[in-house]
Amino acid sequence: MSTIAKTAVFSTSIGKKLVMALTGIFLITFLIVHLSGNLLLLKGDNGEAFNAYARFMETSPLIRILELILAVGFLFHIVMGIRLALENRRARPIRYQVNKATENSTFYSRFMVWSGITVLFFLLLHLWNFFFQHRFLGLGAKETMYETVVRTFKEPIYSIVYIIAMVFLAFHLNHGFQSALQSSGLQINTNLGKRIKSIGMLFSIVICAGFTAIPLYFLIFT
Amino acid sequence: MATISVTLKVWRQKSRNDSGRFETYFAKDINTEMSFLEMLDVVNENLIREGKEPIAFEHDCREGICGSCGLYVNGRAHGPLKGTTICQVHMRSFKDGETIYVEPWRAKAFPIIKDLIVDRSAFDRIIQAGGFISVDTGSAVEANSIPIPKAIADLAFEAATCIGCGACVAACKNASAMLFVSAKVTHLALLPQGQAERYRRVIKMVEQMDAEGFGNCSNTGACEAECPKSISLTNIARLNREYLAARLVPRQYDN
Ligand code: HEM
Ligand code: SF4
Ligand code: FES
Repeated sequence: MSTIAKTAVFSTSIGKKLVMALTGIFLITFLIVHLSGNLLLLKGDNGEAFNAYARFMETSPLIRILELILAVGFLFHIVMGIRLALENRRARPIRYQVNKATENSTFYSRFMVWSGITVLFFLLLHLWNFFFQHRFLGLGAKETMYETVVRTFKEPIYSIVYIIAMVFLAFHLNHGFQSALQSSGLQINTNLGKRIKSIGMLFSIVICAGFTAIPLYFLIFT
Repeated sequence: MATISVTLKVWRQKSRNDSGRFETYFAKDINTEMSFLEMLDVVNENLIREGKEPIAFEHDCREGICGSCGLYVNGRAHGPLKGTTICQVHMRSFKDGETIYVEPWRAKAFPIIKDLIVDRSAFDRIIQAGGFISVDTGSAVEANSIPIPKAIADLAFEAATCIGCGACVAACKNASAMLFVSAKVTHLALLPQGQAERYRRVIKMVEQMDAEGFGNCSNTGACEAECPKSISLTNIARLNREYLAARLVPRQYDN
Protein backbone atom coordinates (compact mmCIF):
# COMPACT_ATOMS: atom_id res chain seq x y z
CA MET A 1 0.00 0.00 0.00
CA SER A 2 1.26 3.39 -0.86
CA THR A 3 1.72 6.22 1.58
CA ILE A 4 2.08 8.72 -1.28
CA ALA A 5 -1.56 8.68 -2.39
CA LYS A 6 -3.93 11.12 -0.76
CA THR A 7 -7.18 9.77 -2.16
CA ALA A 8 -8.78 6.39 -1.38
CA VAL A 9 -8.18 4.19 -4.42
CA PHE A 10 -11.88 3.62 -5.20
CA SER A 11 -12.48 7.38 -5.22
CA THR A 12 -9.98 8.00 -8.03
CA SER A 13 -10.96 7.96 -11.69
CA ILE A 14 -9.12 4.68 -12.35
CA GLY A 15 -10.32 3.07 -9.09
CA LYS A 16 -13.95 3.89 -9.89
CA LYS A 17 -13.56 2.25 -13.27
CA LEU A 18 -12.06 -0.82 -11.60
CA VAL A 19 -15.26 -1.07 -9.54
CA MET A 20 -17.30 -0.89 -12.78
CA ALA A 21 -15.10 -3.52 -14.40
CA LEU A 22 -15.12 -6.00 -11.50
CA THR A 23 -18.84 -5.68 -10.86
CA GLY A 24 -19.46 -5.82 -14.63
CA ILE A 25 -17.48 -9.04 -15.00
CA PHE A 26 -19.30 -10.47 -11.98
CA LEU A 27 -22.66 -9.59 -13.57
CA ILE A 28 -21.49 -11.27 -16.79
CA THR A 29 -20.83 -14.52 -14.91
CA PHE A 30 -24.30 -14.19 -13.41
CA LEU A 31 -25.82 -13.84 -16.88
CA ILE A 32 -24.13 -17.07 -18.00
CA VAL A 33 -25.51 -19.00 -15.00
CA HIS A 34 -28.95 -17.41 -15.34
CA LEU A 35 -29.23 -18.22 -19.05
CA SER A 36 -28.02 -21.80 -18.58
CA GLY A 37 -30.74 -22.43 -16.00
CA ASN A 38 -33.47 -20.69 -17.96
CA LEU A 39 -32.83 -22.69 -21.10
CA LEU A 40 -34.44 -25.61 -19.22
CA LEU A 41 -37.69 -23.81 -20.12
CA LEU A 42 -37.21 -24.89 -23.72
CA LYS A 43 -36.90 -28.59 -22.85
CA GLY A 44 -40.52 -29.30 -23.79
CA ASP A 45 -41.25 -31.30 -20.63
CA ASN A 46 -44.01 -28.99 -19.42
CA GLY A 47 -41.61 -27.34 -17.03
CA GLU A 48 -40.66 -30.34 -14.94
CA ALA A 49 -36.90 -29.74 -15.07
CA PHE A 50 -37.33 -25.98 -14.83
CA ASN A 51 -39.57 -26.19 -11.78
CA ALA A 52 -37.08 -28.45 -10.03
CA TYR A 53 -34.36 -25.92 -10.79
CA ALA A 54 -36.57 -23.05 -9.59
CA ARG A 55 -37.38 -24.88 -6.37
CA PHE A 56 -33.67 -25.43 -5.74
CA MET A 57 -32.99 -21.72 -6.33
CA GLU A 58 -35.78 -20.77 -3.89
CA THR A 59 -34.75 -23.09 -1.09
CA SER A 60 -30.95 -23.46 -1.15
CA PRO A 61 -29.19 -21.43 1.58
CA LEU A 62 -26.14 -21.12 -0.68
CA ILE A 63 -28.28 -19.43 -3.34
CA ARG A 64 -29.67 -17.11 -0.66
CA ILE A 65 -26.12 -15.89 0.04
CA LEU A 66 -25.26 -15.58 -3.67
CA GLU A 67 -28.50 -13.63 -4.16
CA LEU A 68 -27.32 -11.10 -1.60
CA ILE A 69 -23.89 -10.79 -3.24
CA LEU A 70 -25.60 -10.37 -6.62
CA ALA A 71 -27.80 -7.56 -5.26
CA VAL A 72 -24.75 -5.80 -3.84
CA GLY A 73 -22.92 -6.24 -7.17
CA PHE A 74 -25.81 -4.68 -9.07
CA LEU A 75 -26.08 -1.86 -6.55
CA PHE A 76 -22.39 -0.93 -6.76
CA HIS A 77 -22.42 -1.18 -10.56
CA ILE A 78 -25.53 0.97 -10.92
CA VAL A 79 -24.64 3.63 -8.36
CA MET A 80 -21.06 3.94 -9.61
CA GLY A 81 -22.18 3.91 -13.26
CA ILE A 82 -24.60 6.77 -12.73
CA ARG A 83 -22.06 8.67 -10.63
CA LEU A 84 -19.44 8.34 -13.40
CA ALA A 85 -21.92 9.46 -16.04
CA LEU A 86 -22.79 12.57 -14.02
CA GLU A 87 -19.12 13.40 -13.40
CA ASN A 88 -18.37 12.94 -17.07
CA ARG A 89 -21.12 15.36 -18.06
CA ARG A 90 -19.76 17.94 -15.66
CA ALA A 91 -16.31 17.66 -17.25
CA ARG A 92 -17.72 19.36 -20.37
CA PRO A 93 -20.11 22.10 -19.24
CA ILE A 94 -20.35 23.69 -22.71
CA ARG A 95 -21.07 21.23 -25.54
CA TYR A 96 -19.91 21.50 -29.14
CA GLN A 97 -22.21 23.07 -31.70
CA VAL A 98 -21.11 20.46 -34.24
CA ASN A 99 -19.75 17.13 -33.02
CA LYS A 100 -19.10 14.12 -35.28
CA ALA A 101 -18.67 11.46 -32.61
CA THR A 102 -19.63 8.75 -35.13
CA GLU A 103 -16.26 9.37 -36.82
CA ASN A 104 -14.24 8.35 -33.78
CA SER A 105 -16.17 5.95 -31.55
CA THR A 106 -18.87 3.30 -31.57
CA PHE A 107 -22.50 3.98 -30.72
CA TYR A 108 -22.36 1.23 -28.07
CA SER A 109 -19.50 2.89 -26.21
CA ARG A 110 -21.26 6.27 -26.01
CA PHE A 111 -24.62 4.71 -25.14
CA MET A 112 -23.49 2.77 -22.02
CA VAL A 113 -25.39 4.74 -19.39
CA TRP A 114 -28.61 4.65 -21.45
CA SER A 115 -28.37 0.95 -22.25
CA GLY A 116 -27.60 0.41 -18.55
CA ILE A 117 -30.61 2.43 -17.38
CA THR A 118 -32.83 0.55 -19.84
CA VAL A 119 -31.57 -2.72 -18.37
CA LEU A 120 -32.25 -1.31 -14.90
CA PHE A 121 -35.92 -0.59 -15.71
CA PHE A 122 -36.21 -4.04 -17.23
CA LEU A 123 -34.63 -5.51 -14.11
CA LEU A 124 -37.30 -3.93 -11.90
CA LEU A 125 -40.09 -5.27 -14.12
CA HIS A 126 -38.39 -8.67 -14.24
CA LEU A 127 -38.03 -8.87 -10.46
CA TRP A 128 -41.71 -7.97 -10.10
CA ASN A 129 -42.77 -10.64 -12.61
CA PHE A 130 -40.70 -13.54 -11.35
CA PHE A 131 -39.33 -12.72 -7.92
CA PHE A 132 -41.33 -10.43 -5.61
CA GLN A 133 -44.73 -11.92 -6.34
CA HIS A 134 -43.46 -15.44 -5.79
CA ARG A 135 -41.27 -14.78 -2.80
CA PHE A 136 -43.25 -12.16 -0.91
CA LEU A 137 -46.84 -12.07 -2.19
CA GLY A 138 -47.67 -15.76 -1.95
CA LEU A 139 -47.88 -16.37 -5.70
CA GLY A 140 -45.61 -19.40 -5.23
CA ALA A 141 -48.43 -21.22 -3.41
CA LYS A 142 -50.83 -20.69 -6.32
CA GLU A 143 -48.73 -21.48 -9.39
CA THR A 144 -45.37 -23.02 -10.27
CA MET A 145 -42.62 -20.85 -11.69
CA TYR A 146 -43.16 -22.52 -15.06
CA GLU A 147 -46.84 -21.53 -15.02
CA THR A 148 -45.85 -17.95 -14.21
CA VAL A 149 -43.47 -17.92 -17.17
CA VAL A 150 -46.13 -19.28 -19.54
CA ARG A 151 -48.77 -16.83 -18.27
CA THR A 152 -46.39 -13.86 -18.56
CA PHE A 153 -45.03 -14.54 -22.02
CA LYS A 154 -48.46 -15.35 -23.48
CA GLU A 155 -49.00 -11.60 -23.23
CA PRO A 156 -47.33 -10.15 -26.34
CA ILE A 157 -46.59 -6.88 -24.53
CA TYR A 158 -44.37 -8.64 -21.97
CA SER A 159 -42.60 -10.71 -24.59
CA ILE A 160 -41.89 -7.64 -26.69
CA VAL A 161 -40.62 -5.59 -23.73
CA TYR A 162 -38.36 -8.48 -22.71
CA ILE A 163 -36.94 -8.87 -26.21
CA ILE A 164 -36.26 -5.13 -26.58
CA ALA A 165 -34.54 -5.11 -23.19
CA MET A 166 -32.29 -7.97 -24.30
CA VAL A 167 -31.21 -5.98 -27.37
CA PHE A 168 -30.19 -3.11 -25.07
CA LEU A 169 -28.37 -5.60 -22.85
CA ALA A 170 -26.47 -6.80 -25.94
CA PHE A 171 -25.50 -3.19 -26.72
CA HIS A 172 -24.25 -2.85 -23.14
CA LEU A 173 -22.25 -6.08 -23.24
CA ASN A 174 -20.77 -5.46 -26.67
CA HIS A 175 -18.81 -2.50 -25.35
CA GLY A 176 -18.76 -3.57 -21.71
CA PHE A 177 -16.92 -6.87 -22.22
CA GLN A 178 -13.79 -5.38 -23.77
CA SER A 179 -14.06 -2.19 -21.74
CA ALA A 180 -13.91 -4.11 -18.47
CA LEU A 181 -10.68 -5.81 -19.53
CA GLN A 182 -9.15 -2.49 -20.61
CA SER A 183 -10.17 -0.86 -17.31
CA SER A 184 -8.48 -3.68 -15.40
CA GLY A 185 -5.31 -3.07 -17.40
CA LEU A 186 -5.40 -6.35 -19.31
CA GLN A 187 -5.72 -5.30 -22.93
CA ILE A 188 -2.07 -5.02 -23.75
CA ASN A 189 -1.37 -5.69 -27.35
CA THR A 190 -3.63 -4.72 -30.19
CA ASN A 191 -4.00 -8.15 -31.80
CA LEU A 192 -5.21 -9.52 -28.49
CA GLY A 193 -7.46 -6.45 -28.23
CA LYS A 194 -9.13 -7.25 -31.56
CA ARG A 195 -9.76 -10.82 -30.46
CA ILE A 196 -11.23 -9.63 -27.16
CA LYS A 197 -13.59 -7.32 -29.05
CA SER A 198 -14.77 -10.19 -31.28
CA ILE A 199 -15.31 -12.47 -28.29
CA GLY A 200 -17.29 -9.69 -26.57
CA MET A 201 -19.51 -9.20 -29.60
CA LEU A 202 -20.09 -12.95 -29.96
CA PHE A 203 -20.87 -13.21 -26.27
CA SER A 204 -23.39 -10.34 -26.38
CA ILE A 205 -25.14 -11.95 -29.37
CA VAL A 206 -25.29 -15.37 -27.66
CA ILE A 207 -26.70 -13.86 -24.45
CA CYS A 208 -29.25 -11.80 -26.38
CA ALA A 209 -30.30 -14.71 -28.62
CA GLY A 210 -30.53 -17.12 -25.67
CA PHE A 211 -32.70 -14.87 -23.53
CA THR A 212 -34.81 -13.78 -26.52
CA ALA A 213 -35.56 -17.40 -27.49
CA ILE A 214 -37.54 -17.94 -24.27
CA PRO A 215 -40.31 -15.32 -24.67
CA LEU A 216 -40.40 -16.01 -28.43
CA TYR A 217 -40.92 -19.73 -27.78
CA PHE A 218 -43.85 -19.14 -25.42
CA LEU A 219 -45.34 -16.41 -27.59
CA ILE A 220 -45.37 -18.71 -30.61
CA PHE A 221 -46.07 -22.14 -29.09
CA THR A 222 -48.60 -21.43 -26.34
CA MET B 1 -4.36 27.43 -59.03
CA ALA B 2 -7.60 26.11 -57.56
CA THR B 3 -9.52 28.37 -55.23
CA ILE B 4 -12.58 27.82 -53.07
CA SER B 5 -14.87 30.03 -51.01
CA VAL B 6 -16.10 28.89 -47.63
CA THR B 7 -18.37 30.23 -44.91
CA LEU B 8 -16.89 30.16 -41.42
CA LYS B 9 -18.85 29.99 -38.18
CA VAL B 10 -16.23 30.91 -35.60
CA TRP B 11 -16.56 30.93 -31.82
CA ARG B 12 -15.72 34.43 -30.54
CA GLN B 13 -15.27 35.09 -26.85
CA LYS B 14 -13.58 38.23 -25.51
CA SER B 15 -12.31 36.76 -22.25
CA ARG B 16 -12.74 33.93 -19.79
CA ASN B 17 -15.88 35.52 -18.35
CA ASP B 18 -17.53 36.58 -21.60
CA SER B 19 -20.36 34.25 -22.63
CA GLY B 20 -19.21 34.00 -26.26
CA ARG B 21 -21.07 33.43 -29.54
CA PHE B 22 -20.60 32.25 -33.11
CA GLU B 23 -19.75 34.88 -35.73
CA THR B 24 -20.04 34.27 -39.46
CA TYR B 25 -17.18 35.14 -41.84
CA PHE B 26 -16.79 34.58 -45.56
CA ALA B 27 -13.43 33.44 -46.83
CA LYS B 28 -13.47 34.15 -50.58
CA ASP B 29 -11.14 32.77 -53.25
CA ILE B 30 -8.95 30.77 -50.91
CA ASN B 31 -6.04 28.96 -52.53
CA THR B 32 -6.56 25.24 -51.84
CA GLU B 33 -2.81 24.84 -51.23
CA MET B 34 -3.12 27.08 -48.16
CA SER B 35 -3.20 25.48 -44.74
CA PHE B 36 -6.28 25.94 -42.58
CA LEU B 37 -4.37 28.37 -40.36
CA GLU B 38 -3.18 30.37 -43.39
CA MET B 39 -6.82 30.67 -44.42
CA LEU B 40 -7.55 32.06 -40.93
CA ASP B 41 -4.60 34.46 -41.40
CA VAL B 42 -6.25 35.78 -44.57
CA VAL B 43 -9.58 36.21 -42.76
CA ASN B 44 -7.78 37.99 -39.92
CA GLU B 45 -5.99 40.40 -42.26
CA ASN B 46 -9.34 41.37 -43.71
CA LEU B 47 -10.74 41.83 -40.20
CA ILE B 48 -7.79 44.05 -39.26
CA ARG B 49 -8.26 46.07 -42.45
CA GLU B 50 -11.91 46.59 -41.47
CA GLY B 51 -10.76 47.78 -38.04
CA LYS B 52 -12.17 44.67 -36.31
CA GLU B 53 -10.63 42.37 -33.73
CA PRO B 54 -8.86 39.41 -35.42
CA ILE B 55 -9.74 35.84 -34.41
CA ALA B 56 -7.39 34.64 -31.67
CA PHE B 57 -6.05 31.11 -32.21
CA GLU B 58 -2.93 29.39 -30.95
CA HIS B 59 -0.09 28.20 -33.21
CA ASP B 60 3.67 28.04 -33.31
CA CYS B 61 5.57 25.59 -35.49
CA ARG B 62 2.84 25.01 -38.10
CA GLU B 63 4.68 21.77 -38.82
CA GLY B 64 2.67 19.41 -36.64
CA ILE B 65 5.36 19.02 -34.00
CA CYS B 66 4.87 21.56 -31.23
CA GLY B 67 1.31 20.88 -30.06
CA SER B 68 0.28 24.55 -29.84
CA CYS B 69 -2.50 24.49 -32.38
CA GLY B 70 -5.83 22.84 -31.75
CA LEU B 71 -9.25 23.64 -33.20
CA TYR B 72 -12.50 21.68 -33.29
CA VAL B 73 -13.30 21.94 -36.99
CA ASN B 74 -16.67 20.70 -38.27
CA GLY B 75 -17.12 18.44 -35.29
CA ARG B 76 -13.63 16.87 -35.36
CA ALA B 77 -10.58 17.63 -33.23
CA HIS B 78 -7.87 18.97 -35.60
CA GLY B 79 -10.31 18.81 -38.52
CA PRO B 80 -11.25 16.05 -40.96
CA LEU B 81 -7.93 14.19 -41.43
CA LYS B 82 -6.59 11.35 -39.30
CA GLY B 83 -3.21 11.59 -37.59
CA THR B 84 -2.84 15.28 -38.43
CA THR B 85 -2.73 18.54 -36.48
CA ILE B 86 -4.94 21.36 -37.77
CA CYS B 87 -1.84 23.33 -38.88
CA GLN B 88 -1.13 20.49 -41.33
CA VAL B 89 -4.65 20.37 -42.78
CA HIS B 90 -4.93 22.15 -46.11
CA MET B 91 -7.90 23.81 -47.72
CA ARG B 92 -8.03 21.06 -50.36
CA SER B 93 -9.66 18.98 -47.63
CA PHE B 94 -12.74 21.24 -47.87
CA LYS B 95 -15.33 21.76 -50.57
CA ASP B 96 -16.23 24.97 -52.36
CA GLY B 97 -19.23 26.61 -50.69
CA GLU B 98 -18.83 24.53 -47.52
CA THR B 99 -19.81 25.93 -44.11
CA ILE B 100 -17.09 25.25 -41.56
CA TYR B 101 -17.69 25.40 -37.81
CA VAL B 102 -14.56 26.38 -35.85
CA GLU B 103 -14.78 25.81 -32.10
CA PRO B 104 -12.28 25.80 -29.24
CA TRP B 105 -11.50 22.64 -27.25
CA ARG B 106 -14.43 22.21 -24.85
CA ALA B 107 -13.54 20.96 -21.38
CA LYS B 108 -14.03 22.24 -17.85
CA ALA B 109 -10.29 21.70 -17.28
CA PHE B 110 -9.43 23.83 -20.37
CA PRO B 111 -11.08 27.22 -19.71
CA ILE B 112 -11.21 29.59 -22.68
CA ILE B 113 -8.74 32.49 -22.60
CA LYS B 114 -9.95 34.18 -25.76
CA ASP B 115 -11.86 33.07 -28.88
CA LEU B 116 -10.29 29.74 -29.88
CA ILE B 117 -7.45 29.76 -27.34
CA VAL B 118 -7.86 27.58 -24.26
CA ASP B 119 -5.76 27.40 -21.12
CA ARG B 120 -4.03 24.02 -21.14
CA SER B 121 -1.92 24.63 -18.05
CA ALA B 122 -3.76 21.68 -16.44
CA PHE B 123 -1.45 19.50 -18.59
CA ASP B 124 1.60 21.37 -17.26
CA ARG B 125 0.49 20.78 -13.70
CA ILE B 126 0.06 17.05 -14.41
CA ILE B 127 3.63 16.93 -15.77
CA GLN B 128 4.90 18.91 -12.79
CA ALA B 129 3.22 16.42 -10.47
CA GLY B 130 5.36 13.53 -11.72
CA GLY B 131 6.16 13.53 -15.44
CA PHE B 132 9.92 13.74 -15.00
CA ILE B 133 12.95 11.72 -13.98
CA SER B 134 15.65 12.73 -11.52
CA VAL B 135 19.22 12.69 -12.86
CA ASP B 136 22.39 13.73 -11.14
CA THR B 137 24.03 16.55 -13.02
CA GLY B 138 27.46 16.10 -14.54
CA SER B 139 28.68 15.35 -18.02
CA ALA B 140 26.19 13.78 -20.41
CA VAL B 141 25.94 10.01 -20.13
CA GLU B 142 26.98 8.00 -23.17
CA ALA B 143 23.77 7.19 -25.04
CA ASN B 144 24.20 3.44 -25.19
CA SER B 145 25.57 2.89 -21.70
CA ILE B 146 22.24 1.41 -20.61
CA PRO B 147 21.10 -1.27 -23.05
CA ILE B 148 17.33 -1.13 -23.78
CA PRO B 149 15.62 -3.85 -25.84
CA LYS B 150 14.44 -2.47 -29.18
CA ALA B 151 10.79 -3.45 -28.64
CA ILE B 152 10.69 -1.50 -25.38
CA ALA B 153 12.54 1.47 -26.82
CA ASP B 154 10.04 1.54 -29.70
CA LEU B 155 7.01 1.50 -27.38
CA ALA B 156 8.51 4.23 -25.20
CA PHE B 157 9.35 6.29 -28.28
CA GLU B 158 5.84 5.97 -29.71
CA ALA B 159 4.41 7.18 -26.41
CA ALA B 160 6.96 10.01 -26.32
CA THR B 161 5.65 11.39 -29.62
CA CYS B 162 2.67 12.88 -27.75
CA ILE B 163 2.84 16.64 -28.33
CA GLY B 164 0.45 17.58 -25.52
CA CYS B 165 -2.05 19.23 -27.86
CA GLY B 166 -5.15 18.19 -25.89
CA ALA B 167 -7.10 16.78 -28.85
CA CYS B 168 -7.70 13.61 -26.85
CA VAL B 169 -9.50 15.63 -24.18
CA ALA B 170 -11.37 17.63 -26.81
CA ALA B 171 -12.59 14.55 -28.69
CA CYS B 172 -13.53 12.48 -25.61
CA LYS B 173 -17.22 12.59 -24.69
CA ASN B 174 -16.09 12.78 -21.05
CA ALA B 175 -13.26 15.29 -21.62
CA SER B 176 -10.92 12.69 -20.13
CA ALA B 177 -7.14 13.23 -20.19
CA MET B 178 -6.30 9.52 -19.92
CA LEU B 179 -4.59 9.23 -23.33
CA PHE B 180 -2.25 12.14 -22.60
CA VAL B 181 -1.42 10.92 -19.10
CA SER B 182 -1.02 7.33 -20.32
CA ALA B 183 1.45 8.45 -23.00
CA LYS B 184 3.54 10.34 -20.45
CA VAL B 185 3.44 7.56 -17.86
CA THR B 186 4.25 4.86 -20.46
CA HIS B 187 7.15 6.82 -21.92
CA LEU B 188 8.91 6.98 -18.54
CA ALA B 189 7.70 3.72 -16.92
CA LEU B 190 9.10 1.58 -19.74
CA LEU B 191 12.61 3.00 -19.64
CA PRO B 192 15.26 2.17 -17.02
CA GLN B 193 15.77 5.89 -16.33
CA GLY B 194 12.15 6.15 -15.23
CA GLN B 195 12.22 3.37 -12.64
CA ALA B 196 13.30 5.44 -9.63
CA GLU B 197 9.98 7.33 -9.48
CA ARG B 198 7.87 4.76 -11.32
CA TYR B 199 5.03 4.24 -8.80
CA ARG B 200 5.19 7.65 -7.14
CA ARG B 201 4.91 9.20 -10.61
CA VAL B 202 1.76 7.38 -11.71
CA ILE B 203 0.02 8.03 -8.40
CA LYS B 204 0.86 11.75 -8.44
CA MET B 205 -0.05 12.27 -12.10
CA VAL B 206 -3.42 10.50 -11.81
CA GLU B 207 -4.19 12.43 -8.63
CA GLN B 208 -3.44 15.73 -10.39
CA MET B 209 -5.45 14.65 -13.45
CA ASP B 210 -8.47 14.00 -11.23
CA ALA B 211 -7.99 17.29 -9.34
CA GLU B 212 -8.03 19.26 -12.61
CA GLY B 213 -11.62 18.21 -13.36
CA PHE B 214 -11.08 15.97 -16.38
CA GLY B 215 -13.71 13.25 -16.85
CA ASN B 216 -13.27 9.49 -16.38
CA CYS B 217 -12.32 7.09 -19.16
CA SER B 218 -15.17 5.13 -20.80
CA ASN B 219 -12.81 3.38 -23.25
CA THR B 220 -14.67 4.77 -26.28
CA GLY B 221 -11.40 5.17 -28.20
CA ALA B 222 -12.30 8.64 -29.54
CA CYS B 223 -8.95 9.94 -28.25
CA GLU B 224 -6.88 7.41 -30.19
CA ALA B 225 -8.92 8.04 -33.35
CA GLU B 226 -8.43 11.84 -33.20
CA CYS B 227 -4.89 12.01 -31.79
CA PRO B 228 -2.58 13.67 -34.36
CA LYS B 229 0.20 11.30 -33.26
CA SER B 230 -2.07 8.21 -33.18
CA ILE B 231 -1.10 7.45 -29.58
CA SER B 232 -2.47 3.96 -28.90
CA LEU B 233 -5.26 3.07 -26.49
CA THR B 234 -3.06 0.25 -25.21
CA ASN B 235 -1.20 2.97 -23.30
CA ILE B 236 -4.38 3.56 -21.30
CA ALA B 237 -4.50 -0.14 -20.39
CA ARG B 238 -0.87 0.21 -19.29
CA LEU B 239 -1.70 3.33 -17.25
CA ASN B 240 -4.52 1.41 -15.53
CA ARG B 241 -2.10 -1.43 -14.83
CA GLU B 242 0.67 0.84 -13.53
CA TYR B 243 -1.75 2.77 -11.35
CA LEU B 244 -3.54 -0.24 -9.89
CA ALA B 245 -0.20 -1.96 -9.24
CA ALA B 246 1.09 1.17 -7.51
CA ARG B 247 -2.00 1.41 -5.32
CA LEU B 248 -2.97 -2.18 -4.64
CA VAL B 249 0.15 -4.33 -4.75
CA PRO B 250 2.13 -4.20 -1.49
CA ARG B 251 5.78 -3.28 -1.92
CA GLN B 252 8.62 -3.21 0.57
CA TYR B 253 9.50 0.37 -0.24
CA ASP B 254 7.60 3.42 -1.42
CA ASN B 255 9.10 4.77 -4.62
C1 HEM C 1 -26.60 -7.75 -16.15
C2 HEM C 1 -26.46 -6.49 -16.23
C3 HEM C 1 -25.17 -5.75 -16.52
C4 HEM C 1 -23.96 -6.20 -16.95
C5 HEM C 1 -23.53 -7.62 -17.26
C6 HEM C 1 -23.10 -5.05 -17.08
C7 HEM C 1 -21.78 -5.08 -17.50
C8 HEM C 1 -20.98 -4.00 -17.66
C9 HEM C 1 -19.60 -4.04 -18.02
C10 HEM C 1 -18.79 -5.30 -18.24
C11 HEM C 1 -19.16 -2.75 -18.12
C12 HEM C 1 -17.76 -2.29 -18.50
C13 HEM C 1 -17.01 -1.78 -17.30
C14 HEM C 1 -15.84 -0.94 -17.70
O1 HEM C 1 -15.94 -0.11 -18.60
O2 HEM C 1 -14.79 -1.10 -17.09
C15 HEM C 1 -20.26 -1.90 -17.82
C16 HEM C 1 -20.21 -0.52 -17.86
C17 HEM C 1 -21.25 0.29 -17.49
N1 HEM C 1 -22.46 -0.11 -16.95
FE1 HEM C 1 -23.12 -2.00 -16.83
N2 HEM C 1 -23.79 -3.92 -16.73
C18 HEM C 1 -25.07 -4.31 -16.37
C19 HEM C 1 -26.08 -3.50 -15.92
C20 HEM C 1 -25.99 -2.13 -15.78
C21 HEM C 1 -27.04 -1.32 -15.21
C22 HEM C 1 -28.38 -1.80 -14.67
C23 HEM C 1 -26.59 -0.04 -15.25
C24 HEM C 1 -27.42 1.11 -14.76
C25 HEM C 1 -27.11 2.33 -14.73
C26 HEM C 1 -25.25 -0.05 -15.85
C27 HEM C 1 -24.46 1.05 -16.10
C28 HEM C 1 -23.20 1.03 -16.66
C29 HEM C 1 -22.45 2.19 -17.06
C30 HEM C 1 -22.88 3.64 -16.94
C31 HEM C 1 -21.23 1.73 -17.58
C32 HEM C 1 -20.12 2.57 -18.20
C33 HEM C 1 -19.14 3.11 -17.22
C34 HEM C 1 -18.13 3.94 -17.96
O3 HEM C 1 -17.41 3.40 -18.78
O4 HEM C 1 -18.07 5.14 -17.72
N3 HEM C 1 -24.93 -1.34 -16.14
N4 HEM C 1 -21.37 -2.67 -17.54
S1 SF4 D 1 -2.21 11.91 -26.68
FE1 SF4 D 1 -2.39 12.68 -28.80
S2 SF4 D 1 -4.21 14.02 -28.72
FE2 SF4 D 1 -3.56 13.70 -26.60
S3 SF4 D 1 -2.21 15.42 -26.13
FE3 SF4 D 1 -0.87 13.74 -26.84
S4 SF4 D 1 -0.66 14.11 -29.06
FE4 SF4 D 1 -2.40 15.37 -28.40
S1 FES E 1 1.32 24.77 -34.73
FE1 FES E 1 2.78 23.35 -33.92
S2 FES E 1 1.66 21.48 -34.09
FE2 FES E 1 0.33 22.86 -35.08
